[in-house]
Amino acid sequence: MANRLAVEIAGLKLPNPTMLAAGILGLTSASLREAIENGAGAVVTKSVGLKPREGYPNPTVVQVSCGLLNAMGLPNPGVHDFVAEIREVKQFRVEVPIIVSVYGFSAEEFAEVARIAEKAGADALELNVSCPHVEKTGSEIGQSPSLVAEVVEKVKSATKKPIFLKLTPNVADIVEVAKKGVEAGADVITAVNTLRAMKIDVETAQPVLANKMGGLSGPAMKPAAVRCVYEIYEAVDVPIIGCGGVATWQDAVEFMLAGASAVQIGTAIASEGLGVFKSVTKGIDSYLRRRGYGSVREIVGLSHRL
Amino acid sequence: MSAYHTGSNQLRTVKILNVRDETPTIKSFIFHDRFAAKASPGQFVMIWIPGVDEVPMSLSTINPKECNIAITVEKVGEATRKLHRMKAGEVVGIRGPFGRGYTLTKAKNVMIVGGGTGLASLAPLTEKIAKQRGRRVTFLLGAKTREELLFLERMKTLLAANKHRMGVTTEDGSYGTKGLITQPAEQLLAKERFDMVYACGPELMMQKMFLLTERSNVPFQASLERLMRCAIGLCGTCVIGKYRVCRDGPVFSGEQLSEVKEEFGHFKRGFNSQKIAI
Repeated sequence: MANRLAVEIAGLKLPNPTMLAAGILGLTSASLREAIENGAGAVVTKSVGLKPREGYPNPTVVQVSCGLLNAMGLPNPGVHDFVAEIREVKQFRVEVPIIVSVYGFSAEEFAEVARIAEKAGADALELNVSCPHVEKTGSEIGQSPSLVAEVVEKVKSATKKPIFLKLTPNVADIVEVAKKGVEAGADVITAVNTLRAMKIDVETAQPVLANKMGGLSGPAMKPAAVRCVYEIYEAVDVPIIGCGGVATWQDAVEFMLAGASAVQIGTAIASEGLGVFKSVTKGIDSYLRRRGYGSVREIVGLSHRL
Repeated sequence: MSAYHTGSNQLRTVKILNVRDETPTIKSFIFHDRFAAKASPGQFVMIWIPGVDEVPMSLSTINPKECNIAITVEKVGEATRKLHRMKAGEVVGIRGPFGRGYTLTKAKNVMIVGGGTGLASLAPLTEKIAKQRGRRVTFLLGAKTREELLFLERMKTLLAANKHRMGVTTEDGSYGTKGLITQPAEQLLAKERFDMVYACGPELMMQKMFLLTERSNVPFQASLERLMRCAIGLCGTCVIGKYRVCRDGPVFSGEQLSEVKEEFGHFKRGFNSQKIAI
């Protein structure tokens, strides 16, 4: 089963095309190890910045129809503390790539965090220009193709590791942002982060999330995310990682048919447990065998070639 | 398992039915909630104080017949201070129950050790066990002072009615034996064979009980406390080693605790995930 499922993305070798999405667990080496033990083909850490951040007060997560809203507010110990966790998880298993998600309040900060993470052993970096609920970073950068290009260029000049660019769906034209990002040097596009959203409780008339605004994830996101991957695939030549509502192998295959080389899984860990990596991987494998494909690569973007 | 597809994670608002003073700093709040009323002892809920915060709370009463639950809250921070000012008829949000509670075994000779607000989650467990045939319960209750002894009368009545043993300590000697609750626990463990020890309270007390039971090879369960956000195993705020307290716990077995020995009783993590010494 291993050979059929193995994928190579910007030089990183993944034993299977399922990845732990950024923001889920991923702040300690032990929880990253747990995702690896449970079959993730690669893991993306929670986003880390230059300085520690507590994030927002609770409620930070609330369930809505077909999904979850969250506004964590980028809690993290800061990259200087986090290097110890990166080192520990690197010692654990070398065949599963560790991708460190980074954010910054300027292109220089992104580059500085990326440089420190690379030094600690990150196999790649994922640039969070898409968090929809923290001011002066995330999607405020990701909504401007020129700011995205500036961040990618600065990080590119600071590190040699592959750069994953995680895009926000909160834009009129995601293709333009993807193209600018790739022109600036992004090696991989991750599509997409959460959709800016909110929930108001009808009994108290209060917005539930302490930050009022959060990001929508889970099944509700999937059709929009598949559309983004499909459009980006037609416009750029770098690998794309699908992200948004993957809970079953059918979801993963759908993203791949749209053009994703791998998928990231996050919210589904709440409903399916950490066993979701293995169940999705197994399902993809049966699908490939049943349809007579020798490699998962053969179905990437297949819907475009029919 | 399915924390997110089931209705219990759906935030709903509930009216406070009643408020009860327990100690000068602790109050209980009673609600009507059909999901939480089906919880097992040791599970917890997230309580949303609209406009202020959302905090994890143990269930101190679980009454499936009347569909009622209670939470028992010590005034410690902004959220709990606000809760303490709330009265019957006011509304809070609730989601859950979450996590794994205490595992009931066939153990005959059972020791239950509670300190401070740890009694909240131990009370429904003790009520369940104390009424079962063939059990011998030794209930040990500790607090700093007499007035901080939580559920003293409730436990006394329950245990006496079912002919179980009870021991009480206070640090200032104002009630029961002067000292820490781990002292009578240690003496009893040295003297007789227990089939199960349950503990909930300050982490250093639970760590001591863990080490004592590990040494004498007695099965052990303890309910841990960590900062929480999502309560459904996603955000990673409450992790201890490879475990998520909200999902894999909050009750852990002695075997599980021995896997996280470097953290349990040594440090917890803040909201920014940095380590804080215990």
